[in-house]
Amino acid sequence: MKKWRTYLGLLLPLLVVAGIVLWPVVTKNVSSRESAFTILKAVALASSLNILLGYTGYVSFGHIVFYGFGGYVGLYFVNEQGWSIWAGILAGGIASGLLAFLLGKAILRLRGAYFALATIGINEAMKAFINNFDLFGGPIGMTLNFSVYKAYGGAAKALGMSFYIMAGLTFAALIISHFVRTSKFGLGLQAIRENEDAAEVMGVVAPDAKTWAYVLSAIIPGMVGVLFFFKNGNVEPAVAFPLNSSIELLVMVMLGGQGTVLGPILGAFAYQGMRGYLVTSNFFKNIQLSVSGVLLLLIVLFIPAGAVGWLRQRIPALRRVLA
Amino acid sequence: MQQFGLLLTSLPDGILLGFVYGIAAMGLTLIWGVMNVINLAHGPIIALGMFGTFILFINMGINPYIGLFLIAALGLLLGIFIYFVAVHRVINAPHLSSLLATFSVNMIIIGIGTAVFTTSPYNVDFNVGSFQLGSTTILGTRIIAALISIFFTAALYLFLYRTRPGKFIRAVTNNRAAAELMGVPSTRILALSFGLGTMLAAVSGALIATFFPFNILSGSNYELKSFVIGVLGGLGNPIGALFGGLILGMLEGIVPAFLNTSWVPVIEFGLFVVILLFRPTGLFGAKK
Repeated sequence: MKKWRTYLGLLLPLLVVAGIVLWPVVTKNVSSRESAFTILKAVALASSLNILLGYTGYVSFGHIVFYGFGGYVGLYFVNEQGWSIWAGILAGGIASGLLAFLLGKAILRLRGAYFALATIGINEAMKAFINNFDLFGGPIGMTLNFSVYKAYGGAAKALGMSFYIMAGLTFAALIISHFVRTSKFGLGLQAIRENEDAAEVMGVVAPDAKTWAYVLSAIIPGMVGVLFFFKNGNVEPAVAFPLNSSIELLVMVMLGGQGTVLGPILGAFAYQGMRGYLVTSNFFKNIQLSVSGVLLLLIVLFIPAGAVGWLRQRIPALRRVLA
Repeated sequence: MQQFGLLLTSLPDGILLGFVYGIAAMGLTLIWGVMNVINLAHGPIIALGMFGTFILFINMGINPYIGLFLIAALGLLLGIFIYFVAVHRVINAPHLSSLLATFSVNMIIIGIGTAVFTTSPYNVDFNVGSFQLGSTTILGTRIIAALISIFFTAALYLFLYRTRPGKFIRAVTNNRAAAELMGVPSTRILALSFGLGTMLAAVSGALIATFFPFNILSGSNYELKSFVIGVLGGLGNPIGALFGGLILGMLEGIVPAFLNTSWVPVIEFGLFVVILLFRPTGLFGAKK
């Protein structure tokens, strides 16, 4: 009886994401498939960031570095070494995980704003380095050889397939997020978030736990990066390591509610939806960034727990469902 | 020998630029020191300073170095306004809140700036001549910019150490609760510090505009440099920021003599991360 209750929190996230996946499948519309792809990508990235930000309480401003780095490594193997996209995605995930492991050993010693600054520095250093790294095409980046798509039945089919892979990755991100949250490991992370010193006294091996949280939050972005650049057909340093996207991910997590499974999904959905609306509306399109900024400011100032966190505080009965 | 010649031409430029970087970073590090807030709206305010020079000089014909003081006053007021609107409520909240609050200010300024000025490049065509130092030509604008930066640093130093509000700022930096118990009006002091921080950012932007082309997004580049300098000089140590700026300026002067210019950011940000890891208090000591 008790067993299924722990999975209750996973129900709503799965339903929401399934809805996003089914929307273009039902309407059979290519442009809504593109919108759904963007939303799923945001959901997967925000959910991954949430493992570090929401559960462990470490603010990473440069999380996009894993997306860019994994994407570069994966695309290099797909394009230059002739690997299949599956092997490429795997390679991207492993590369990002390894990078996170090595970085985590070093920078997770820093706390608070110092950690946030270090992640910005790493993102910029990586972008500048890739800019000079000839194997990955330097400042021009890499353009996917068009023949690569042939193995998947042409470009159109490959794009369709990318959507389903993206859906799979998003579900994987959710399931990881849920299991981290409900596991003993996740409890240790949440203890670190509340008070790192006290957690260590209680027996949480904080350096190890933080490093693994960092690695877990880096793998999916690395895989998403490979898939996105594969779908896009090219990659260049400015596109792979946009500091602004890193911060947008923070906004999504914050909007929906950090430290919950459902929060980042709703946040990503709402943010992308709002952005899509503002960019296309005649009235707002010139100042869409300002409108987003005002909304963000209002949320930060008045509902810092995010939508899901706010609902959980207000309506205790929902706590079991809104995990 | 050829590299030596190259070094002679690029090093003085780098050093002079370093002073200007220094005051940009001083604003950032002052705010950090007083209220533990990393001001992510720093870059757009630098950009606003640039456009301030542009509007005053091109549209109204006011000499940039006179307009500078108007820009400084406006920057101070803008900072106080931003503090009360966006920062005051989250001053005791976790870091994420203040980071996102200042980032939303960043978005608002960039959004409005993009609508008004678009993102195409602007240029202030201003020349005060140049002079020869051996084989090296040094632009007058850079020398004046460096002198003004030194002037602002000295003024800030005197303000912090010789005046009553300045002493209040240092007291709040040291221990806000204790300062409040001693009767320091901490809210006003926090607002004043934020205002001073944005003032320095606007001034540095106004100076940079006299020798580099810019657009509304250019500020973020200098914001990142300010992070690096702030960490080099010790976060929360405004005077250390000037030396941090000089180090960065020298790096930018020295590196291109030996490596491709595109390696400069790799070295800058690599150094930044290494210093954060091994000496997070910076080379000259942070606030305790």
